[in-house]
Amino acid sequence: MLDIFGHKTIPLEDWAEDFTFWLVREYRPFFQGVKWPVEQLLENIQDFLLWLPDWVVILILVLIAFRVAGRNVAIFTALSMMVIGFLGLWNEAMVSLAMVASAVLICALIGIPLGILTARSNWADQLVRPLLDAMQTTPSFVYLVPVVMLFSTGTVAGVIATLVFAMPPIVRLTNLGIRGVSPEAVEAAYAFGAEPRQVLIDVQIPLALRTIMAGLNQTLMMAMSMIVIASIIGAGGLGQPVRQGINNLQPGLAVIGGVSVVLLAMVLDRITQALATTDS
Amino acid sequence: MSLQVEPRILPSMSTIRLRNVSKVFGDDSHKARALLQEGRSRDEILAETGYVVAVRDVNLDIEDGEIFVVMGLSGSGKSTLIRCINRLHPVTTGEVLIDGEDIVSASTDRLRELRRSKLAMVFQHFGLFPHRTVQENVEYGLKMQKMDVDERRARSETALEQVGLEGWGNRRPGDLSGGMQQRVGLARALATDADVLLMDEAFSALDPLIRREMQDDLLTLQRDLGKTIVFITHDLNEALKLGDHTAIMRDGQVVQVGTADEIVSQPSTEYVLEFTRDVDRSRVLTVGSIMRQPDTLVQGRDTVRTASARMRASDSDYMVLVDSNRQPLGLVLEEYVGPAIQRGVNDLGDVVSDSFVSCSTDDLLIDTYDSVIERQCIVAIDEHGQLAGVAEHLDILSSLAPATEITPAVSRSSHPANAHASTEAGAEQTLPAESTR
Ligand SMILES: Nc1ncnc2c1ncn2[C@@H]1O[C@H](COP(=O)(O)OP(=O)(O)O)[C@@H](O)[C@H]1O
Ligand SMILES: [Mg+2]
Repeated sequence: MLDIFGHKTIPLEDWAEDFTFWLVREYRPFFQGVKWPVEQLLENIQDFLLWLPDWVVILILVLIAFRVAGRNVAIFTALSMMVIGFLGLWNEAMVSLAMVASAVLICALIGIPLGILTARSNWADQLVRPLLDAMQTTPSFVYLVPVVMLFSTGTVAGVIATLVFAMPPIVRLTNLGIRGVSPEAVEAAYAFGAEPRQVLIDVQIPLALRTIMAGLNQTLMMAMSMIVIASIIGAGGLGQPVRQGINNLQPGLAVIGGVSVVLLAMVLDRITQALATTDS
Repeated sequence: MSLQVEPRILPSMSTIRLRNVSKVFGDDSHKARALLQEGRSRDEILAETGYVVAVRDVNLDIEDGEIFVVMGLSGSGKSTLIRCINRLHPVTTGEVLIDGEDIVSASTDRLRELRRSKLAMVFQHFGLFPHRTVQENVEYGLKMQKMDVDERRARSETALEQVGLEGWGNRRPGDLSGGMQQRVGLARALATDADVLLMDEAFSALDPLIRREMQDDLLTLQRDLGKTIVFITHDLNEALKLGDHTAIMRDGQVVQVGTADEIVSQPSTEYVLEFTRDVDRSRVLTVGSIMRQPDTLVQGRDTVRTASARMRASDSDYMVLVDSNRQPLGLVLEEYVGPAIQRGVNDLGDVVSDSFVSCSTDDLLIDTYDSVIERQCIVAIDEHGQLAGVAEHLDILSSLAPATEITPAVSRSSHPANAHASTEAGAEQTLPAESTR
C-alpha cells in the first residue's frame, strides 16, 4: 500500500522556521524599535503604580468606579482590591494592571483609528477583516515562540503577545459603531457643509462611542485572559504564582493567583462595562 | 373639459434646473454611463450588472420661490433625486444648475460653500444629532458657516421662534415628540438662511393630525419667506396641497409635471391616473379649471327679443347679462323671457335676476358647495371683476368624479425648453367651441 502521508509533502514547518529566522536576522532593529515605546509605556505605568502607596491606588480605583458605575461597583472594587492585598499579591497585581493598561492603551491608539478606517472604506475593511480573524482564532501559544525570538522574554514581550490577541474587538466594534450611526445624521452634517473630519468628530464618533466602549471592554477582558499565558514567556504579575503553582505542584499558589486574576478582571470589567452603557 | 385660464407667469429668476440627470448605483460609473447610453432598460441593467438605475433622464425646471413637489411610490428614486441637487449623491450623468451654476462640476470647496449658504435640507427621520441640544442642532449650519457664537445664538433663537419652539433650546431632541423634532429639523434648515430647502419626505413619519398641522405651518412660513422648496412625498394629497408644481416619478423617471389641477384633471399616464383616484378633487380643483364660457348678453345692446331668439337657437335656459366692461349684472332666465315679451317689456334690465352668486376663479370647488346648492350656476369673475365663466351644478359634480382617461401630454420633462407648453396646448384643445362674442 502506498504511504502518501509518510513524508512531509508540504514543508510548512521549514518555511515557518526559515521565515522567522530570516525576520530575526534581517529586521532585528525594526523589532527593537517597536519594542522600545511599549517598554517605555509599560515601565512608566508599572513604576508609577508600584510607587503609589497601595491605599492610594485603591482609593483612585474606588473613586473611578463610583463615578462611572455607582456605589455597588465601588464597594466591590474596594473589597476585591483589599482581598488581593491580603493574599499577598499586591505587587504582582500592580504589574498585571500595568501590563493590561499598556496593552489596552496601545490597542485603543491603533485599533480605534483602524476601526474608523475600515468603517469608511469597504476596501480597507476587506483587507483587515481576515487579518483580525486570524489574530483572534490563532491559539496564542502559537505565536509565543516568534514573539520570544523577536522580542526576547519578559513582561514587554508579554504585552506584545497580548496586543495581537486583544486588538481585534476594538477594531471590529469601532467599525460596527461608526457604520451603525444613523445615516441621516451623517447626511445632515454633510448637507450643511461639514467636512469629512468634522462629520467624524461632530457626529460619527460621539454616536458610536458606546459601541467603541463596548469594544474597549472586550479588548480589556481579552488582555486579562492573557495574563496567565504571558507568564510562560516570562511576563511578571499575577500569572507568575499560577505558573509556579503548576510547575512546582503548589496548588495553593495557583489558587491565590487565579483568585486575584478573577477579582481584578471583574473590577475592570464592571467599570468599563458601565462606560459602554451610560449616556454619552 | 378643463381650461387653463391663467397661464402661469414665468418668474424672471430661475433657481434649480435639472438637465438629463441620471443616477446609477454601481461601482463603475464609466460602465454605468455606457449602459445608459446604449439605452438599456432599468431591468436589463439590474439583471446583468446588479447596478440600480435610481434616476433616469430627469429634466426639471424649479422656479424661484415655488414649492416643487416630487411624488412617487417608494423606490421610485425621489430620495436619490433630491440628493443629486445638493450632491449628497453625485450624478452619473447630467447637469444640476443652481442659479445657473452646475453643482455637478463644482469643486469640493465650492460645493461645501453652496451647502452652507444656499442649500438646506430636512430629512424624513429628522436627521438630528441626539447628543446635542436642540439649540446646538439648530446652530449646526451656522457653525459650519463659521459664524461667531453670539450671532449664532441669536439666529437659532429666531429660527426656533419661527417654528414655534421658543424655550426648548436646552432640551435634547430625544425629549421632544416627533412633530417637534421635525420642527427642530426645519429650524436648523431655516437658520442658515439658505434660498433652497430640500425636504425629503419631511412629514411622512408624522401622525396624520400633526402632519396636517406641519403642512399648514409650512405654507404659512412660505408665504413670508418665499424660499425655493423641493418637497418629496409619496402622498398625492400632500403633493397637491403643498405644490405649486408636482412632478410624478416612476421607476426613476418623471412621468408628468404639472399643477395640482393639471395632474388631477389631465393625468398623462395610467400610473398617474391610478394615483389620482383617491384624491379629494374638491380640494384641488378650482372654479377656473372647470368653468365654461356662457352665452352672454350685453346690457344696452341686446334686448329681450334677441335674448329669446338666441336662447332658442342654442337651447340654453339662461344667459349672463354683462355691462359694456364685461362685468356680470345677473342671469337672464328663459322662464322670465317669454312672459316679458308678452308684456311688451324689451329692456333686459327689467328681467335680469340680480341675485346671482359670484366667486373667484381661484376658489376651490369645496368652497362653492354652499352657494351652488340653491342656484342654477355660479358666476366666476377674474381679478378685474370681469366675467370669466360660469360653473353649473353638473359641471361641478362631474368634475368631482375621478378622471377615467389619460391625457397624453407633451411632458415638461422631455421638452425642457417648452416648460409650460403642455399646459397651454392642453387648454387650447379643450376650449369650448362656442365662445363669447
Ligand atoms: N445607496 C444605494 N445603493 C444602491 N441602491 C440604492 C441606494 N440608494 C437607493 N438605492 C435604490 O435606488 C432606488 C431608488 O431609491 P430611493 O431614491 O431611495 O427611492 P424613494 O426615495 O423614492 O423611495 C431603489 O431601488 C433603491 O433600492
Ligand atoms: Mg425616500
